[in-house]
Amino acid sequence: MTQQANTYEELSCQELVELVTDYLEGVLPSELHERFERHIAHCSGCQAYLQQMHATIRATGTLSVDSLSPEAERALLDAFRGWRQSAD
Amino acid sequence: MDDEAALVARLRAGDEAAFRALIEMYNAMLVRVARMYVSSQAVAEEVVQETWLAVLEGIDRFEGRSSLKTWLFRILTNRAKTRGIREGRSLPFSALEPEGPAVESERFHGGEHAWPGHWAAPPTGFPEERLLAGETREVIERAIEALPPTQRAVISLRDIEGWSADEVCNALTLSETNQRVLLHRARAAVRAALEQYLEES
Repeated sequence: MTQQANTYEELSCQELVELVTDYLEGVLPSELHERFERHIAHCSGCQAYLQQMHATIRATGTLSVDSLSPEAERALLDAFRGWRQSAD
Repeated sequence: MDDEAALVARLRAGDEAAFRALIEMYNAMLVRVARMYVSSQAVAEEVVQETWLAVLEGIDRFEGRSSLKTWLFRILTNRAKTRGIREGRSLPFSALEPEGPAVESERFHGGEHAWPGHWAAPPTGFPEERLLAGETREVIERAIEALPPTQRAVISLRDIEGWSADEVCNALTLSETNQRVLLHRARAAVRAALEQYLEES
């Protein structure tokens, strides 16, 4: 294989960023998975991108979905008591 | 799962603390998912209220073949879809129409360059120590808030609640591919918002 053909087959950074989720989900076909890892081993920009993505996922994981407002909780508990009475 | 069986038994017995535990665990997330299908936050909250009533009415028939969580979100999505159709909304898969790339194309070299598609403005790693600061977390929250409802629901279930891909596909009746596309867009948007914030400040 000539150097040029080899280069042509490699992923570009622009292609790689679109594959990051499939890579992290472990669903890239093996040939593409290898190309992904071959690229990232030599590309500091894409290494940084992947680090950013890991960091983003980790930081998102520290959030919580807003809890219940007191009014909403009261309405639901009233509904619950109504249900319990009708079930008796 | 034993915890879950115990919770179901307590609910059947009319234990209010069990019900309160369930709504604290799931109500906010149910509203976020309902928002995928209906036109407003108010309608989503209504659908969730109806869902809780349906859960109470149906708890005696719950057989534990699926997890309580899956059962709960199935009841919700069925109701929310019906409500969305009545509102004349198309189902949320219009959310899968083509959208922008994960990273703006200006960040890469164009076709005239010796290395087209390679970074022109490469990213730099995020500083770990700033990621957990309150202000950074607000940036993430705002970015998620700004997402289309379907992406918002998927990233919330996957990355905040820690559900598996399978659980999300089941609860939201999404194909595996669609689930991943939605997650990809959502994460890319949050990453971009974080990058902009961390570089500016």
